[in-house]
Amino acid sequence: MELDSKVPSGPIQEKWSKHKFDSKLVNPANKRKYEVIVVGSGLAGASAAASLAELGYNVKCFCYQDSARRAHSIAAQGGINAAKNYQNDGDSVWRLFYDTVKGGDYRSREANVYRLAELSGNIIDQCVAQGVPFAREYGGLLDNRSFGGAQVSRTFYARGQTGQQLLLGAYQVLIKQVGIGTVKMFPRSEMLDVVLVDGQARGIVVRDMVTGKISSHAAHAVVVATGGYSNVYFFSTNAKGCNTTAIWRAHRRGALFANPCFTQIHPTCIPRAGEFQSKLTLMSESLRNDGRIWVPQKQGETRRAKDIPETERDYYLERLYPSFGNLTPRDIASRRAKEAVDDGRGVGELRNGVYLDFRDSIQRVGQPVIEERYGNLFEMYERITGENPYEVPMRIYPAPHYTMGGLWVDYNLESTIPGLFVIGEANFSDHGANRLGASALMQGLADGYFVLPYTLSDYLARVGPAKTDPGHAAFGEVEREVSHRMSRLIGINGNRTVDSFHRELGQIMWDRCGMARNREGLQQALTHIPELREQFWKDVRVTGRGEDFNQSLEKAGRLADFLELGELMCHDALQREESCGGHFREESRTPEGEAKRNDDDFAYVSAWEFTGVGSAPRLHKEPLEFENVPLSQRSYK
Amino acid sequence: MDLVLHIWCQASATAKGSFVRYEAKDINEHASFLEMLDIVNERLMEGGEEPIAFEHDCREGICGSCGVVIGGTPHGPQHGAATCQLHMRHYKQGDEIWIEPWRAKAFPVIKDLVVDRGALDRIMQVGGYISARTGSPPDANAIPIKKVHADLAMDAAACIGCGACVAACPNASAMLFVSAKVSHLGLLPQGQPERRERVLNMVAQMDAEGFGGCTNHAECQAACPKEISIDFIARLNRDLFGATLAAG
Repeated sequence: MELDSKVPSGPIQEKWSKHKFDSKLVNPANKRKYEVIVVGSGLAGASAAASLAELGYNVKCFCYQDSARRAHSIAAQGGINAAKNYQNDGDSVWRLFYDTVKGGDYRSREANVYRLAELSGNIIDQCVAQGVPFAREYGGLLDNRSFGGAQVSRTFYARGQTGQQLLLGAYQVLIKQVGIGTVKMFPRSEMLDVVLVDGQARGIVVRDMVTGKISSHAAHAVVVATGGYSNVYFFSTNAKGCNTTAIWRAHRRGALFANPCFTQIHPTCIPRAGEFQSKLTLMSESLRNDGRIWVPQKQGETRRAKDIPETERDYYLERLYPSFGNLTPRDIASRRAKEAVDDGRGVGELRNGVYLDFRDSIQRVGQPVIEERYGNLFEMYERITGENPYEVPMRIYPAPHYTMGGLWVDYNLESTIPGLFVIGEANFSDHGANRLGASALMQGLADGYFVLPYTLSDYLARVGPAKTDPGHAAFGEVEREVSHRMSRLIGINGNRTVDSFHRELGQIMWDRCGMARNREGLQQALTHIPELREQFWKDVRVTGRGEDFNQSLEKAGRLADFLELGELMCHDALQREESCGGHFREESRTPEGEAKRNDDDFAYVSAWEFTGVGSAPRLHKEPLEFENVPLSQRSYK
Repeated sequence: MDLVLHIWCQASATAKGSFVRYEAKDINEHASFLEMLDIVNERLMEGGEEPIAFEHDCREGICGSCGVVIGGTPHGPQHGAATCQLHMRHYKQGDEIWIEPWRAKAFPVIKDLVVDRGALDRIMQVGGYISARTGSPPDANAIPIKKVHADLAMDAAACIGCGACVAACPNASAMLFVSAKVSHLGLLPQGQPERRERVLNMVAQMDAEGFGGCTNHAECQAACPKEISIDFIARLNRDLFGATLAAG
């Protein structure tokens, strides 16, 4: 299979303008003859569904939550980047582009990243027009903060609830279209498969999560915006419902899966408190602006933080990276925290964290300023841990948070299945091997508001308005497969709960394919995961009936797909014998212990083809060329 | 710690529900309330029984999915927190806890503790937005907004749409929810053109959905996990009065 990225020719600054002009348009009177399915209602899905409906297309939007407003984008705290240069500190589209390519450790596609940087300013304009209450200065203008991996202040924010406010903005424009009748919303509906007719994506099969009814929906194109797959680790900062099913089912039908092992482990999460725990909670990375990260110099230190004198503390990020200090990119900050804990210098009762200390900032600017900046985060921390971070330092530790990998898409955000578009975190395109803070929100909204409406229109103009009959044999066949899978899960009636299997898978993934990976460990995982999967299909216990509100069945279906995805992630991590961004292969490091990239052998996107459950996936490569940001070893010293 | 739970169980919207007694033994004080329910459910499933259905997703107090009445109080005893943010360190050995769904005509029960809050979306559909087509809005800094107004708009916009205000209100009114959106958008210059229609339409829809009226009990403010102030209800009433007069 030849991977055609469809990147337009010409200078990088002109590619998107040229591409838009070259795209075919659909006549305004013809737009109402087209139907588009959007799966997911987060930043990418909601903004796409609303924008497509405004254009005149008929949109059906599906989400598993009870309302579109609850998609997991809502939990993003820190902010959204945009190259507005409102601070006059030297920012530009080019600099945001450069930072993102470099931050991604040169494993993203330059043309996509440039377009993202170019559109970033429009997003802020759009959101302000919708009423997103971004933080402002006393003069009434928008405020900015700085974020990891950048030396300019380009991050716009709404207290610690930026994702919530951006999502509510997108939800509000979406819900307006629902009221008008141009979008039909299907909450509590889970996409369980995609339907191909003559090789093109022409619809989906969904399960109504209240009645259990399986039904088909036909359309001219399908847009998947279902987010990432960090829940493969069981413990992650994702919402409990986040899952891989939509993209995994599309992968099984022919969409290539790109860079599945590129996962982001976020450095500032609250460490685990015990076995009972169900998920991990993120503390915004913006805290690193004012908090200093340290561990005791001595192993097995037993004194309280405030009793440890300055000379016996190791502010390791400031020591190792003097120019970026506590604001080094996420992958580096996470890895260094793991090293400190592995070295026996972890803090807290379980010795599984590092300190994030606000003492010096409180002394410098006063507690009211710190409260104004991070008040809700501090409260959140205190609620969970029972400790007051104004008095004792926070304890943090890395946790899976975001997946840079996802379905392979070309410049049009179209997967290798014609008519199946993938946007937001669900695709792989913009963040390479490591995503910079405050860039996920930017990408989700750029894809949904400003990229997809153009590229999808071009596709629709080319396929024409002839409708697909939902009675087509292909729909019936997929519906039968889906129903069969559901009844099979219920019929096993084994001895172990879904969560017990999920925790076990998560442990394998975290140990073998987490923050550091090596050949031996990955090979072991590739033995263990298929064994666990086999056991799951023999011994899982799903209670209740399929034709009912059944949370146990929902979880089982999702885990069945995670059990296949986990194996692919390990194949990918094993094959990529280099370290880059979030993918740290212990065999490939510099003498200082930093990740060592191998551009001669691995400057490509790994796009995997599904060949059957348990059978080795087939690798396809999209070579990456860096014409505008010269390849260099990342340095944050 | 060991606890006794009395949980509302109801097989479907039309079935008759009742409190069922469960024992939650050996619960760690650092577990969250929902993790405690997870443990109870795991044990039920290990015994071949169906788990108790409850809604949850982000488990960090922002998505608004979770929400049950705990001991008569929506989201439980902790002020300014959603159910998922409540931790068991607020309970002690031997406590008995009554857990039930939001009770309101406009929120029919789906199963056990899960209710249908679609009515809130339908209120939003008729005016909970600013019409700003994707395309070419003015530059984001073209219209400066006073910091106090932007901050107040943010206070209102913090609503997570969980429905606790409705559950807390003796009239099952959705006034706090509606007023938060009306105030958030009405405080911003971008929200002015649709301000009057917005308040009229949203209040009319709230009535049509079967929510009650506001009679100033202020229970909503006490239950709100985001501590949204009833001052916004006063603001809504002022807008509603003006809009009604203007509409003649």
